[in-house]
Amino acid sequence: MIAAAVTATPGGGSTVTLLMFLGFVAATLVITWWSARKSSGASAYFAAGRRITGWQNGLAVAGDYMSAASFLGIAGMIAFKGYDGFMYSVGFLVAYLTVLIVVAEPLRNAGKYTMADILAYRLNARPVRAMASLSTLTVSIFYMIAQMVGAGALVKLLLPGVPYEVAVCGVGALMIIYVVFGGMLATTWVQIIKAVLLMSGSLFLSVLVMKHFDYSFVKFFEAIGNVPIKLPDGTSVTRDFMQPGLVYGAEVTNGWGPIDLISLGMALVFGTAGLPHILIRFYTVPDAPTARASVVWAMILIGLFYIMTTFFGFGAATILTPENISVENMSAPLLAMALGGDAFFAFISAVAFATILAVVAGLTISASTSFAHDFYSNVIHHGKATSQESEVKVARITAFVVGGISIILAIKLQTLNVAFLVGLAFAVAASANLPAIVLSIYWKRFNTAGAVTGLAVGLLSSIILIVISPSVMGLDAKSLIHAEPLFPLKNPGIVSIPLGFIAAIVATLCTREPEAEAKFAELSVRANTGLGAEKATEH
Amino acid sequence: MSFPQPQDYTPIVGSQTDIAPLGPEHPRHEQTAQQLHDASCDRIAAMPEFHQLLQRKAKFIVPACIFFTVYYFLLPVMVGFFPELMKTRVGPVNAAYAFALSQFFMAWILAAIYTRVAAGWDRDSANILASLPKGESK
Repeated sequence: MIAAAVTATPGGGSTVTLLMFLGFVAATLVITWWSARKSSGASAYFAAGRRITGWQNGLAVAGDYMSAASFLGIAGMIAFKGYDGFMYSVGFLVAYLTVLIVVAEPLRNAGKYTMADILAYRLNARPVRAMASLSTLTVSIFYMIAQMVGAGALVKLLLPGVPYEVAVCGVGALMIIYVVFGGMLATTWVQIIKAVLLMSGSLFLSVLVMKHFDYSFVKFFEAIGNVPIKLPDGTSVTRDFMQPGLVYGAEVTNGWGPIDLISLGMALVFGTAGLPHILIRFYTVPDAPTARASVVWAMILIGLFYIMTTFFGFGAATILTPENISVENMSAPLLAMALGGDAFFAFISAVAFATILAVVAGLTISASTSFAHDFYSNVIHHGKATSQESEVKVARITAFVVGGISIILAIKLQTLNVAFLVGLAFAVAASANLPAIVLSIYWKRFNTAGAVTGLAVGLLSSIILIVISPSVMGLDAKSLIHAEPLFPLKNPGIVSIPLGFIAAIVATLCTREPEAEAKFAELSVRANTGLGAEKATEH
Repeated sequence: MSFPQPQDYTPIVGSQTDIAPLGPEHPRHEQTAQQLHDASCDRIAAMPEFHQLLQRKAKFIVPACIFFTVYYFLLPVMVGFFPELMKTRVGPVNAAYAFALSQFFMAWILAAIYTRVAAGWDRDSANILASLPKGESK
């Protein structure tokens, strides 16, 4: 049986896998080297010279977004929990409406390199930039942990002899080298190449799943209705995986499940517009209409991709069945091996690896850009004394530090589903960054005290709620803290997002800052007309 | 000797009469890029066309955001609180999956509508920028 064969670790095919793998890594490093030669100066390093076209940036946004979490995590969650995993797919796409309609264009028109630029525009720059930089680093690290966990599991599957810790460290080092030498232009190109590979790999995998069911949707959905699973006591039962509730059902979560599901939805839909590595993508295009076009391109690709998670997620559930998948996060590569043999397994693994490489690169660059531009130049040096060369140098050092922290945390959190880990990054972004961004663009009265308080309360409340949630605290052996969870929900969004907004609004109303209100008209003119927006650099 | 007014950029040294004081009210060719930019911003902020543009944008953006937020959160609410209703068969799938799939089309259609509407705003803002006096920063 196919199902029995795939539980074994890859043996005969591992040389092919490795060669394809190394080939891809070499190819991406060559592109980095090539573009590192071409780009120079701060605008090139941080914003790819603002010369990226709409569809290129759309591919790059999609590439940044379709991370290991989407590909490995959602596939794994659908394979093990059915419908509830698909809720991530829906939220990840609908989130782009917030990006498209609310933030992309004003941000492109009024900002320069980072998310904090739009906040600092009319607020007191130093405290706002310091807080924004802190929250950017936090979100990036959370997001990066998920990618590193995925990368470690993948390398371990490819090279069964390598311990997980070594795999994570190796992958991390490679990625950091990539960013440090390539900058944004190389990162943009690796995103584009990876988005194309991921889309074609997923499409082929989906077609193979349908082939398994004789291209009959009726047969496919019938099989989803009868997935055999093993209960903890050893008995086998069949479950309808198309039915919601295996993770967030009221009966499996002491009644908190539905609220948790809404909380997850809030984090996903409002979090994307606060993700620093997605927001800085809009600085790589020449103007606001191109930023808008790139979101639309990204939405087409991302939507198609997330619809395909139906096929490879439920495909893994029905063809492999959960009990034959050794690691949840590896459901998609294992399905590829069952349906397409070792060569296709090698290809999918290489694509997944490239995905992780590309996303980590994007994250590292947003974190390091934020630290160099917001914290180093504008907070420590008051926006004056630094040369652009030293800003680039600080960015490179930050890349090493952020990468190191993520590697350490990834080793601690290796058993968690990567889509879930990313969901937490979204919750932090939605609670801390989104209130500050939205209020700063649309509310005249908004001021520095409001921005700093909103950022701080959103950041702290989301992190504290995660630490006291059932995903960190618990009574079983896997939990990081052995105690009864103090907060019933796994996703903090439903509490921390309103808290972030309320804190920002209350602190604003308690203080007055006439300078910030006076500059609102100027920000509004720039954000809505593109007057004085940063231009593309000449060749 | 008297100290210059805050808006007067004339150096303290030298006779007060041999250099015309520089400032926002002085000829365009004598102003700095920042002053030109500020002048353009003020001019646009005072234009009725600009306020009409803001109103048109709000008239689309606010209802659009309310619509997609309500439509999206109906999904977790229905799935979470009315699981029995969501088990209803719709063709080969159940209502829960059909509603989830409809979210993708909702997002694409709303994005397409937004793109069309926003193209109109681009023309309006281009007209506003074009109506600035020649030579001001754009």
